[in-house]
Amino acid sequence: MTLTRFGSKLILAAGVVAVGTASSAMAQSMSDVQKIAKERGLTTQDLIAAAQTYTPTGMLDEYVIMSSGGHSGQVFVIGVPSMRLLRSIAVFTPEPWQGYGYGVGNEILDEGNVMGKENRWGDTHHPALSETNGDYDGEWLFINDKSNARMAVIDLRDFETKQIVKNPLFINDHGGAFVTPNTDYIFQTAQYNVPWGADYAPMSEYKESFRGAVTMWKFDRKKGRIDKSKSFAIELPPYWQDIADCGKLESDGYFFLNSINTELATGGFGVKGEKNPPFEAGVSMNATDYLHIINWKKAEKVYQAGDYTMIKDFPVISLKTAIAEGLLHLTPEPRSPHGVDVTPKGDFIVVSGKLDPHTTIYSFAKIKKAIADKNYSGRDEFGVPVLDFDAVMEAQVEVGLGPLHTQFGPDGYAYTSLFLDSAVARWTLGGVYGPLNPEPDWTLVTKTPVHYNIGHLGAAEGDTVSPDGKYLVAYNKWSVDRFVGVGPLLPQNFQLLDISKQGTDMPVIYDMPLGIGEPHYAQIIKADKLNPWSVYPEIGWDPQTQSVDPWAPRPKMERVERTGEHEVEVYMTSVRSHFTPEHVTVKQGDTVIWRITNTERAVDATHGFSIPVYNITLSLEPGETAKFEFVADVAGTFPFYCTEFCSALHLEMMGYLMVEPNE
Amino acid sequence: MSIISHIVGPRVDHVELEKHSFRYGAPKFLLLIARVLLLVSLFVPFWSMELVAPQYPENLHLVAYVNNLAGDVAEINSLNHYIGMRPLEEAAQIERRVGVYIMILFVVMLEFASWIHSRWTVLLVLPVLTFPLVFLIDLYLWMSYFGMNLDPDAPLSNSIEPFVPPILGSGFIGQFETIARAGPGLILSTIASGFMIVALFFHWRAYAPLVKAQKAEKKAAKKTVKQATT
Repeated sequence: MTLTRFGSKLILAAGVVAVGTASSAMAQSMSDVQKIAKERGLTTQDLIAAAQTYTPTGMLDEYVIMSSGGHSGQVFVIGVPSMRLLRSIAVFTPEPWQGYGYGVGNEILDEGNVMGKENRWGDTHHPALSETNGDYDGEWLFINDKSNARMAVIDLRDFETKQIVKNPLFINDHGGAFVTPNTDYIFQTAQYNVPWGADYAPMSEYKESFRGAVTMWKFDRKKGRIDKSKSFAIELPPYWQDIADCGKLESDGYFFLNSINTELATGGFGVKGEKNPPFEAGVSMNATDYLHIINWKKAEKVYQAGDYTMIKDFPVISLKTAIAEGLLHLTPEPRSPHGVDVTPKGDFIVVSGKLDPHTTIYSFAKIKKAIADKNYSGRDEFGVPVLDFDAVMEAQVEVGLGPLHTQFGPDGYAYTSLFLDSAVARWTLGGVYGPLNPEPDWTLVTKTPVHYNIGHLGAAEGDTVSPDGKYLVAYNKWSVDRFVGVGPLLPQNFQLLDISKQGTDMPVIYDMPLGIGEPHYAQIIKADKLNPWSVYPEIGWDPQTQSVDPWAPRPKMERVERTGEHEVEVYMTSVRSHFTPEHVTVKQGDTVIWRITNTERAVDATHGFSIPVYNITLSLEPGETAKFEFVADVAGTFPFYCTEFCSALHLEMMGYLMVEPNE
Repeated sequence: MSIISHIVGPRVDHVELEKHSFRYGAPKFLLLIARVLLLVSLFVPFWSMELVAPQYPENLHLVAYVNNLAGDVAEINSLNHYIGMRPLEEAAQIERRVGVYIMILFVVMLEFASWIHSRWTVLLVLPVLTFPLVFLIDLYLWMSYFGMNLDPDAPLSNSIEPFVPPILGSGFIGQFETIARAGPGLILSTIASGFMIVALFFHWRAYAPLVKAQKAEKKAAKKTVKQATT
C-alpha cells in the first residue's frame, strides 16, 4: 500500500515534469505564430521583420549606434538590430543618474564655460568615432556642440566624457566632429559666422568683420585629450560652412567642406526699416554654393613652419596665406548643399544640394588634376580660386527631393536620405564600385519610404574605408502618427532598414521612438570593436585620470579629519550595504572635502551617493573613487544615502551628515 | 652507526640489482612518479567551490591552492559579511603559509623513503600518503569553524542558522547553490597516494626477504661469537 502510494507520487511527479517541458517548447508550433499574427493583424513581412530584430533575453546586439542627442546635450548608445537604448552619455548637460555635474564632473563642464558664463546644455550634432587607417577602432568618441562651438572627448573604456574644449574663434559650429583617418586631428568648422571670438560688430560690417574658419584640434591619443597647444585654425570666407568629411586612402590629406550662404545674406526680416529678405530666402538665392577643398597635411606644415597669426590666443592661418600656399580651393556645388560624403576608397566626393534633386559626385583624381593645372573658372570675392565645375564633376544622379546625407554599403551602393520625399534612396556608384552590383553605374535603384522627414542616415560602418552593409538606420525628425500620443512634443523615430539584399528590396524592419533628445548624426560600429571595462581596473580608480588616485579612501583608512579651522576632509568607502563612516559631523561654515571610494569588484555593483540640500549626487561604479567639495553653510541634519538599488539591504545603506550650527 | 644502518636497511649489490632490476626498481620508480605528481599539484587548484545564483550569470568561484586562495574572494567576502562570516583570508593562514614547504618536505621524505630499505620507509611514506585526507579534514574543520561561528550582530543573523556547506558535492545557502569539487591538485595527490601504496607493496616484496636474511645472518653471527667464546 505504502509502496503503491509512493509509486503513484513518483509517476505524478514525472508527469508534471513532462507537461512542464512540453508547454514551454513542444506544444508551440507555427500555427500559434499564425494565430497571434492574425489577432494582431501582422503580415508575413512583419513576422520576418520581427524575426530579424527580436532579441531574446541574453542575446547581444551585433552593432552599436553612437547617436548624437541634439539639444539634450548628450550621446545615446543604441543596440542594432534590437534598437534598444543601452545608455546615455552625459556630455554638455549635467545628468544625475551618471552623477555628472552634481559634485563630480563639474570641472569638465566648467572647461566648457563660454566667455565666463556657465552653459549647462549643448546641441550635439555629429559624433565621430576614432579611426585607425580609416576604420573605427572603438577607442574614443568625439562630439561637437553646435550652440557654443565646443568639442567633447569621450573615452570608450568607460563611456564617460573626459574633456570639453571651447573654440576660441567662433561661437557656433556645425561641421564637426570629423576625424582624420588615424585620428591625428579632429575638425570643427564654424557655421553661423561672427567676428573673431564673437566680439561685437554691426551687421553692416558683415563682409569685413565676420569670419569663417576651420579648426584642427590635435588629438593626443596617449593622453586621451585634445592638445590645444598643437591645434590651429585656417581662416575661411564668411560663408556658412556646413557639413564636412575627411578624405581617406586616395584622398588622404584632404578635407572637404561645403557651405551655404555664399550670398553673404545678413537677414533682418521682421525688423522695421530692414528691406533684406529673411535668411531662408537670402541664403538660398544662388544657384550654386561652394565646396571647400582643404589640403590639411599642407596646412599642418604651414602651421609648423610658423606661418600663422595669433587671434584670441589661438594660431590662425590667414585666408591670404591659405590662398598663397594653395591650401584652399573652391568648386561650385548645387544650391544649398548639406551633406558631403567621401566614398570608401576616398576616390569620390558625394554632395547633396537640398534644393536640388540630384546628388553630385566629384572625382578626387579630377580635383587633383584641376588643382595641378590651375583649371579655375574664376575666383570668389575673397580671392579663393574656384575649380572649374565641369572639370571636377564625375556624375550627377537624380535621387529625389531634398537629398541630404549619403552613406555607403560594401557592394557599390550609396544611400542618400531624402528629407522632402521622406525616403531613403539606394543608388549605384561607378568607377571601381561598378562591378559590385548588377545595376548600371550612377543610377537610382530604389527608394524606401520612411516616417518622416529623415535627416541623417547611418549604414553599418557606412562612412569608413570598409562599410559593412546589412543595416541602415533612418534618423527621422518627425514621427507624427507612428506612436501612441504623448502630448504635443513627439519622439523622434529611428527606423531600421534591412539593406542586406541587393536590388529593390530594402524594407523598414523596426521603429524606435526616441523621446529623450533630437539626434542628428549617428555612427554605427560593430559591437565587437568596443571593449569597455565592466568594472574599473582597480579599487580607487579616478575616471578623470584613468589611474589609481593615491588619495582614494581605502578600507580601514576611513576617517573624518579636521584639516583646518574651517576645513574638514572625509575619507569614505562604500560597499554593500554600508558607508564607512556612517556619521559625518562638521561645523556650519566648514569647507568639506569629501572623498569616497566604491570598493566593490562585482559587475554592476554601482552605488549612488547623494546628500540633500547641498545638491550632491554621484554614481560610483565598482572601483571608482570620487572627490567633491562644498561649503556646509546650512546647519541641520541631513541623511545621505545610496541612490542606486544595490542590494537587499539597500535602504539601510545610509548615514547622517550633521552640520552643527554656529552660536 | 648501527642505528643508521639499521634504518637504512640492507644494501643490494650490483650483480643482484642487474639481475632483478624490476624487483628493486619498481618501488623507486613508483615513488618517483608520486614525487612528480606532488610537485605538479603545487601549481594547480586543490579544491574549488562554485556559487550559483541568478544575479551572477558566470557564477562565483572560490579556488584553493596549497598556498593560495583565489577567485572571487572579495565578492564572496562582501556577501558573507551579511551573515557575519569572517573574511575567507583568515582561514587556514598557517596551512597556506607552510603549504609549499610541507610539500617540498614530502618530496624529500619520499626521496629518502625510496633510498631506505627497511620498514622505516613506511614511516616516511605514511604522512605523505594520508595528505589528501588530512587536507579534506582540515578543510572541513575550517568550514565548520567559519560556518558555525557567525557574528550574531551581522545584518542577516536573524534569518540564517549556522551551517556547514558540504566540502564535496552540492548544498544550498540562501539563494546560492554551492558546488564543491576536488581540484586537479587533490586528485593528483590522491593518485600519488595510490602509487605510494603500490610502491610500499613492491618495497616490502623486494626488501623484506633481505631484511629477514640480514637478521638471520646476524643471529647466526651472534651464535658463532657465543660458541667461540664458550
